[in-house]
Amino acid sequence: MIQPIEPIQTATTKSRQTILDRLMAKEVESPGLPTPDPSKLTRFDDPLAKFSEILEGVGGQVHLIDDPRQVAEILGKTEVFSNAERIVSLVPEAVDNSFDISSIDDPHDLAAVDWTIARGEFFVAENGSIWIEGQSLPHRVLLFIAQYLAIVVSRREFVHHMHDAYARIEAPKSPFGVFVSGPSKTADIEQSLVLGAHGCRALQVFLTP
Amino acid sequence: MTQVALPIVDRPAEKKIKLDHTNAARAFVTNPDRAPWHDESLWFVRSKRDKQASIIPEWEYLRSLASQVKTATIANLGDYLVEFERNATDAGAVVHWAADAKEHNRIVLGILRDHETTKIVKSKSMLTEECGLNHFLEDNGIDVVDTDLGERIVQLRHETPSHIVLPAIHLKKEEVGETFHEHLGTEKGAKDPKYLAEAARGHLRDKFLAGEVGITGVNFGIAETGGVVVCTNEGNADLGASLPRVHIACMGIEKLVPRLHDLGIFTRLLGRSATGQPITAYTSHFHGPRDENSELHIVLVDNGRSKLRQSDEFRAAMHCIRCGACMNTCPVYRRSGGHSYQATVPGPIGSVLSPTRDLKEHKSLPYACSLCGSCTDVCPVKIPLHHQLLAWRKEIGFMNLLSYDKRISMKAASILFRSAKLFSFAGWVGRKALKVLPHWVTHQRFNTWTIARELPKPPKESFRSWYAKNRNSETPKG
Repeated sequence: MIQPIEPIQTATTKSRQTILDRLMAKEVESPGLPTPDPSKLTRFDDPLAKFSEILEGVGGQVHLIDDPRQVAEILGKTEVFSNAERIVSLVPEAVDNSFDISSIDDPHDLAAVDWTIARGEFFVAENGSIWIEGQSLPHRVLLFIAQYLAIVVSRREFVHHMHDAYARIEAPKSPFGVFVSGPSKTADIEQSLVLGAHGCRALQVFLTP
Repeated sequence: MTQVALPIVDRPAEKKIKLDHTNAARAFVTNPDRAPWHDESLWFVRSKRDKQASIIPEWEYLRSLASQVKTATIANLGDYLVEFERNATDAGAVVHWAADAKEHNRIVLGILRDHETTKIVKSKSMLTEECGLNHFLEDNGIDVVDTDLGERIVQLRHETPSHIVLPAIHLKKEEVGETFHEHLGTEKGAKDPKYLAEAARGHLRDKFLAGEVGITGVNFGIAETGGVVVCTNEGNADLGASLPRVHIACMGIEKLVPRLHDLGIFTRLLGRSATGQPITAYTSHFHGPRDENSELHIVLVDNGRSKLRQSDEFRAAMHCIRCGACMNTCPVYRRSGGHSYQATVPGPIGSVLSPTRDLKEHKSLPYACSLCGSCTDVCPVKIPLHHQLLAWRKEIGFMNLLSYDKRISMKAASILFRSAKLFSFAGWVGRKALKVLPHWVTHQRFNTWTIARELPKPPKESFRSWYAKNRNSETPKG
């Protein structure tokens, strides 16, 4: 059956009205929006330890360091880093870039990146995730296309749980932001956990003073 | 615009009569390995969920907060959608409205044609599955690649997902190995998940790099900011939404939350309820296109949702955040497999939702339930699932849609239970009959109850006569 197409805009305007009319036609009572009571929400005596425990539980690795330069030192001991050819570092005080990212316009050109060293804004103790702001990334695909990912975040920058995390974010600062927790993973083949699905194969987190 | 010149191919709607759940489940249930293995796999996921829920002291509090937020959102859905549209547009996204599946598919195709593309990478979205987007696009010459590993596996096998979070949970690793050998050229007989996942990684990376448009689902839309949130473990949605210039996010209108900070509640519940993880590996927030050369399209889809909202009985089913916890815990789903539900969303929530679309076609689903209530107990947004399934049964009885054998036996039971004399006489007949009737009379094809079990040995006397003998003389104390 071959038919001509109605231009999207007219169709969408019509459907918008249909949907809204149908939604407005029936009034539904509601008790209103709740506000979580902070006294009922988990807080941790040692948020740093909790964060490390949870993140390692999902396959990440956590390093406490005193100086950002230690990132390169610690990573340098691993074969996957010392053999890496293309390293994009967004944390220049920790790791040197192996090529000039500013010359790249098309994210597809980043397909061969071995490592991305990214900067985290803060971490969440309850679930081992780290918030990364899109504006810290010249291309957001860097977080996902690199074979390996390291995130550097200050150990003073933490929240206990997701409620505080969103209170801290407050409003979107850029078109993209992401909580990252652990390397990319899948359990789609008979529930066997495999690290490194499409994104990074491993995640190293460095907590600076 | 190119879309005027190109015609659209709409597959004629095939109206096939669906099997009832019992018959559709037969092959799965009678396979002596498959059903117990499937049962155990899902119980493992359910146990992980329990562990996560038990270590959060405020778990029950979070569930009630989530339920309240959803109730308030659905009550004022029209206003929140308008707010969402305004803020998303301000952020630079293009918002489309689709009244039904057909329109959703046409909008997506229209955007693809505007960009003269035939290569898309798609991440998991039950909504596009519900709309039959893949078939529609393929019929119109678009190459659709599902990038979630489980979805890619079922796509290569020309199957549908059997679970909303674990699409290939019904397959064994040997079967995945077979599929990959055929399509990706992996070694014959290979069944190591690590090896197979690595092969898929390589295969899909090429597809990601070739994709010209990325299509994703939406886990949450935020009215206050006009943003959408996508949660994955594989990072496939992010690659699909970050490499191409065009990102199309398909979103059911019920996926809204009013405020950014409401996500604090839902991101704590979703991963834990779904797979027993503290949070998904990636929880990505998109507000507008990534730069001035890119586009973000958000397609808001109704497809029966606004109608569901009008039902006082079933409205709460719109709270669903598609975590799949009700499936993982359901004793019927675990043993009968997702395909037996013959619907995009299987399990308890699917058995509530499917009849709202077509009661006649899905009338057997509310009976695929033992009313054990476990789904209601684990639901992170407190949908009273088993109550709703019971409500459907009432509705089905009321609408005269019950099968003839059920209708007759229900009528008979009703007559029997209303008369004490008749009940006691029937008991007498039953006890006698069980004693004297030959085996072949009670075990034949008209008595489906005795196909897999023996009838009980009749007691010597009824409870009524035992009671009369032993208790009647004693006067109750007090």
